Amino acid sequence: MTVTTTKEEQMTATVTEPTTVLLTINGINRLVLVEPRRTLLDLLRHDLALTGTKKVCDMGNCGACTVIVDGLAKYSCLLLAIDCDGSHITTIEGLAKGNNLDPIQQAFIDHDAFQCGFCTSGQIMSLRALLDAQPDPTDEEIELAVTGNLCRCGAYPNIVAAGRRAVDIESNRASVDRDRQGGD
Amino acid sequence: MVTLNVTRKNQEGEVKIEVSELDTISPWSATESFAVVGKSVPRLEGNEKVTGRARYTYDVRLPGQLYARVLRSPHPHARILAIDTSRAEQLNGVRAVLSIANAPAIPWYEKSFIFDRTLRFIGDEVAAVAAETEEIADDAIRLIDVSYEVIPHITDLEEALGTNAPRIWPEGNVAGDPKVYARGDPEAGFRQAEVTIEGIYHTNVALHNSLEPHGCTASWEGDRLTLWSSTQSVFTVRQEIAKALELSENRLRVIKEHMGGGFGAKQISWKQDVIASLLSRESGRPVQLMLDRRAENLAAGNRNGTIQRVRLGALRNGTLTAIAADILQGRGAYATGGEASDVSGMYKTLYRCPNVSTHATNVYINTGPAVAFRAPGHVEAAFALEQAMDELATALDLDPVELRRRNYSEIEQIEGKPYTLPEGLRLCYDRVTEAVDWSTNQKWAPDGSKRRGVGFAAHDWVAGSGHPPGYAWIELLSDGTANVVTGTQDIGTGTRTGLAQVAAEELGLPLDSITLHLGDTGVGPYAPVSSGSATQATMGPAIRSAGRDVRQQLLQVAAVALDIPVERLHVRNGSVWNDQDAQPVATVAEIMQKISPHTLQAKGARSPNPPEQAIRTFGAQFADIEVDIETGEITVLRIVTAHDVGRIINPHIIDSQVVGGVIQGIGFGLTEERILDHRLGRVMNPNLEEYNVPTVADIPRIEHLHVDVADTLANSTGAKGVGEPPLIPTAPAIANAFFNATGVRLRSNPLNRARVLDELAGMKSGSLT
Repeated sequence: MTVTTTKEEQMTATVTEPTTVLLTINGINRLVLVEPRRTLLDLLRHDLALTGTKKVCDMGNCGACTVIVDGLAKYSCLLLAIDCDGSHITTIEGLAKGNNLDPIQQAFIDHDAFQCGFCTSGQIMSLRALLDAQPDPTDEEIELAVTGNLCRCGAYPNIVAAGRRAVDIESNRASVDRDRQGGD
Repeated sequence: MVTLNVTRKNQEGEVKIEVSELDTISPWSATESFAVVGKSVPRLEGNEKVTGRARYTYDVRLPGQLYARVLRSPHPHARILAIDTSRAEQLNGVRAVLSIANAPAIPWYEKSFIFDRTLRFIGDEVAAVAAETEEIADDAIRLIDVSYEVIPHITDLEEALGTNAPRIWPEGNVAGDPKVYARGDPEAGFRQAEVTIEGIYHTNVALHNSLEPHGCTASWEGDRLTLWSSTQSVFTVRQEIAKALELSENRLRVIKEHMGGGFGAKQISWKQDVIASLLSRESGRPVQLMLDRRAENLAAGNRNGTIQRVRLGALRNGTLTAIAADILQGRGAYATGGEASDVSGMYKTLYRCPNVSTHATNVYINTGPAVAFRAPGHVEAAFALEQAMDELATALDLDPVELRRRNYSEIEQIEGKPYTLPEGLRLCYDRVTEAVDWSTNQKWAPDGSKRRGVGFAAHDWVAGSGHPPGYAWIELLSDGTANVVTGTQDIGTGTRTGLAQVAAEELGLPLDSITLHLGDTGVGPYAPVSSGSATQATMGPAIRSAGRDVRQQLLQVAAVALDIPVERLHVRNGSVWNDQDAQPVATVAEIMQKISPHTLQAKGARSPNPPEQAIRTFGAQFADIEVDIETGEITVLRIVTAHDVGRIINPHIIDSQVVGGVIQGIGFGLTEERILDHRLGRVMNPNLEEYNVPTVADIPRIEHLHVDVADTLANSTGAKGVGEPPLIPTAPAIANAFFNATGVRLRSNPLNRARVLDELAGMKSGSLT
């Protein structure tokens, strides 16, 4: 039997015209010229060299590419960059302020919540989105926040523990802030 | 100090030169007190990993870098009749195209080539493109026109051995000679047996699914090549790629700083290392070639499927008289190198038995090649042997742990050598059974459709001993800090931290005075592949060896500088102390300042393992599960596990690794299965959508009980490997718990709902209550 692969011949590889998008990424306005088919994930990793966001499955199964888009945790491999025009996006590179780690980042170190570290950015961003929306989540909510983030090394118990710890750190800070405000 | 010994040996007419590097450093004693070793210090690369700044192979970005894609065979078995890449070459943005039409004929996989005219599985490499962007490379791949002659294929292990089966190789579908082992007289052993049990077990193909796929970035500068490769062995990649490209080894630098998992599949070099290098040479640009998830799951290794026919014979009192295992294991279409999947191993050694026979046949089938996957062979063997032992215990009406205790071996029975820690496995039995109150904790009344059960399984593991050669260099700098350099790699296991702890301890420096450099053939001396759970036990002693040398040099300098006899000086926590003085006499930095810009340097090497003993790691695991007999769902409630892995260097990291291993074991036991359509020869789930790795929602309570007994005969640090052991007993412990809950034995993994319901349907419903 002889088969010739011709089925893709109709799919001419026409490159559609690149389009300009304006994104606010980690607080900085970025004007980027992208092909319409480029995903937000590829824009971050290729156009902006923000490689902390990881590509693993590239089809919305694993969560390694999770970033925060306008307050919500999103799989950046499932978003086209052009659809994010005007959005505010936070990536893992945007969490620490200089050398001061975000409480979730510090909790991940303290609880050994990663081994290879390839899922870590996504795990942290999912938890960051949760704590931004719900400062006092239940254990179930913490777990639910990372159910869409696969970890092949199996750091799950430590990831959940780190999430809990981050909640404690932030609620202490919040109560200290409240006390301060009350005293003023 | 390291002494080099070279001897010439005549073995069966062949002259062999044997080299050993011996350091007579005495091992840390079983009760040694430590400043840094044994402490749960956080991973040294933590900050990079939580901030996204850790640079993985996938993250390498070089000026002018191109991106490559591979066209893969759509047929399980075919010949390329014609290939036309002209349309791809003409596409704007394409910089290089390689195929059998223009690539050099570089041998690969024993008897094939990087680009071969014959394709032997869906996913086999047909052509490759480098382009300005990944998207353009994808477009170009679609523009390559190939005419295939489709050849009949075979993907079933047993059918592949049939006389009329399509042949993948001219010599047939048996890969290499069968591995045959016998000791004693197995048939006499079965005649002597008062009880014999027999079962056929199937283990299915599991996919590694490291989150970072295989891949690399290749960049030529003149006749020098730098290759960033996601690999467990920078030196294996250097050796194999230098050979493939006919390049001298010192012109090829292989770098792997951080890696997103390997689990065995990255312990050899793969075609993409060659393909990216060729594309880079062709285009004059750096080329990154990372596999996508589909390719990762088709063409970059898998855990071999097995069919194991197991027979055990025993006396009424439980004493084993014979063990026999007939094993088929799938090789895929090609034989790869690296750690062998020795399914026979555990049958020979885990239990005391005078009469053992094993027969293992590797079979070629039209799928991607199998390669080592975390405890290769042992995970598969444990699923069968540990269920067979349970079955034997039932037949004898003996407690399954008691049966194992009655067949305890303190010697390695293949070579007849005593174990370095003969009580290791017994300690694991004791820890686990005490923690779960094993003897009484076994029967539950049915709760609606729910049944509960507990199970037990044990394991040994051969490779956690570590082995020579492996080297380390240490340089103590003018400010009292040290660079520790080795060519080993941290594949996510915590090697960087564990080895730095050993260095700090031996040098007498605080941990933050140590910088460990690894994963770069251009920087560090040779270290072996990070596999076999061997890295800590291989490289720890090499680092101690170098550290001891540097420390002695430091004390020699300090003695002169301080005018105190050297035998009264010692170094601890970054300071030099005079015997029992309450205060240090000087800091290490102050001593080093006095001789600046001189530095103190030494080379360390891994000494040989003891010749008269055998080193093993052992473990025992308990599973407590709930089965819903109406839905077929198994819920694991609790896993308790103990492993003799020698001295624990970092308790927190070892807990993480053990828990993570158990979680992979739960995946192997319950959900993970590469599904093949044999008619099409097609993998139906080469993705993370339908290949189900455990999620956070699938995790039970997992308790790791520390054995933590230094194996002082094994090596100078007393530590053995832990990477692989934890998942070996998980699936059989769960399957044994399933039997305890239902009275039904599941002889194929994974124990998913479909299998559970099928097996339960075979039982009369009344017998389940």
